[in-house]
Amino acid sequence: MSEPRSAFSASEMMIVAAARELADQRVCFVGVGLPNIAVNLARRTVAPQLELVYEAGVFGARPARLPLSIGDPTIVTGATAVTSMFELFGYYLQGGLINVGFLGAAQIDRHGNINTTVIGDYASPRTRLPGSGGACEIAQNAKSVFVIMRQSPRSFVEEIDFRTSVGDRISVVVTDKGIYHMDDGEMRLDSLHPGVSLADLRASMAWTPRVGDVSMETPPPTDEELRLIREELDPQGVYTG
Amino acid sequence: MSSSKVTSMRDAVAELVRDGDTVAIEGFTHLICFAAGHEIIRQRRRDLTLCRLTPDLVYDQMIAAGVARKLVFSWLGNPGVGSLHAVRRVTEGDRATLELEEYSHFGMVARYTAGAMKLPFFPLRSYAETDLPTANPLIRPIQSPYGGDQVYAVPPLAPDVTIIHAQRADAAGNTQVWGLLGCQKEAAFAADRVIVVVEELVDEAVIRADPNRTILPGLVVDAVVVEPWGAHPSYAQGHYDRDNAFYLDWDAISRDAGSLDAWLDEWVHGVASRSEYLAKLGDDRLRALRPTPAPSGSVDYGEYR
Repeated sequence: MSEPRSAFSASEMMIVAAARELADQRVCFVGVGLPNIAVNLARRTVAPQLELVYEAGVFGARPARLPLSIGDPTIVTGATAVTSMFELFGYYLQGGLINVGFLGAAQIDRHGNINTTVIGDYASPRTRLPGSGGACEIAQNAKSVFVIMRQSPRSFVEEIDFRTSVGDRISVVVTDKGIYHMDDGEMRLDSLHPGVSLADLRASMAWTPRVGDVSMETPPPTDEELRLIREELDPQGVYTG
Repeated sequence: MSSSKVTSMRDAVAELVRDGDTVAIEGFTHLICFAAGHEIIRQRRRDLTLCRLTPDLVYDQMIAAGVARKLVFSWLGNPGVGSLHAVRRVTEGDRATLELEEYSHFGMVARYTAGAMKLPFFPLRSYAETDLPTANPLIRPIQSPYGGDQVYAVPPLAPDVTIIHAQRADAAGNTQVWGLLGCQKEAAFAADRVIVVVEELVDEAVIRADPNRTILPGLVVDAVVVEPWGAHPSYAQGHYDRDNAFYLDWDAISRDAGSLDAWLDEWVHGVASRSEYLAKLGDDRLRALRPTPAPSGSVDYGEYR
């Protein structure tokens, strides 16, 4: 018999599911926000060998606290290497040393193309989003790309408003509802999180998804995973509140 | 012997930053020179083209204050917090009055690199099949002259003035940085004029004892300004942490143009210098940002006579 589990939020489930996908990965390029907490959780659980690479110019980070941003001083102290951004993007990323690039997104389409630039028309947008940052080149140079994002009809869309990053190398998309893998260039639902029905999921996206074998739901977070998130990685609930 | 380049922030900005200039205050999250940004606001520079990978709060403040006509960038946000509201106010809908020129991070780094090397462009593996080259026609596909490989090119970026913050320099401008290096070296070598702002002014012997740490020789530096805490509310590795409370507060301050203007009146126009700003912040707030020490091991360069 398994122990009774703690209650958990949809955000916690998403972060835990994303972290588990990193098992056996070696070198991961970490993005700002949700990727940051998922990757730091993975290193404390399923992927202790994982080398964290930050676009700010750090290889082999050992952050002692959850970085406040991708340029936090805690990613420097104790790292294997600190490089210029030219070296980091040129030699490490473009040089082909990154196994996984981890991205967030404001909009995604069924092919994994990502928009983080504008909602609406580019010249006079309804919402001006941050833009590419390093995402455009991460999506083209990392060997595979993981996406973590909350899904809704506004974020999982038929057509994205701006193509910031291409979906060619995306292998997995983890949301607050489930887990998708790429199947011949299109996202396929492979797991629903506990408490999420297929109808719930379909109501939270603008297209009808391909569905694989979803007879097994995503295993819920363990007490240890929840403890790490709540006590060590995000005690203020910035990402999980 | 080179003579001292040490000057005040007021004089450095007055002499080296001119209306209409292309200005880069670089530093990726780390070592962002807010002290220089505030002095540029106080001196009411106008029509600047501001360049930075991550405009951060410093450019949100400068754009709100009306110093800029154009922004060249690759990631527009309040890192770890959310949006830059002042920038959004002048870039969304029919209020779009600020001209934007947008790249990716590596594109911006490559632009400074081309500027520093006096190259006509820099090639990179990015942008293919995205909408960025349409949004910014200066991003262009090129064929390799050695075969079928297509890459993208970005043009050089050579600022009129680059301003960087550093942990230390000597009076001649020989500058040392540790922690995140960003692209300050490229942005400074690319620039016509360079202002270095430091936490600490040191003897030339300190620089010469650890030459691997030097990112800029005084050769390319025009002015050295000694301004401890000049990067607050960003951070200086080993000196002070990011003042995250301010980054969070800025989200609320900047949502409303009136409250932002009131903040500028109080914290920028209302103080004559950085030292007044620091006195206003208070010792308690600053002391809480000091990290515990974690010194590097030292290396032996050897004496060769």
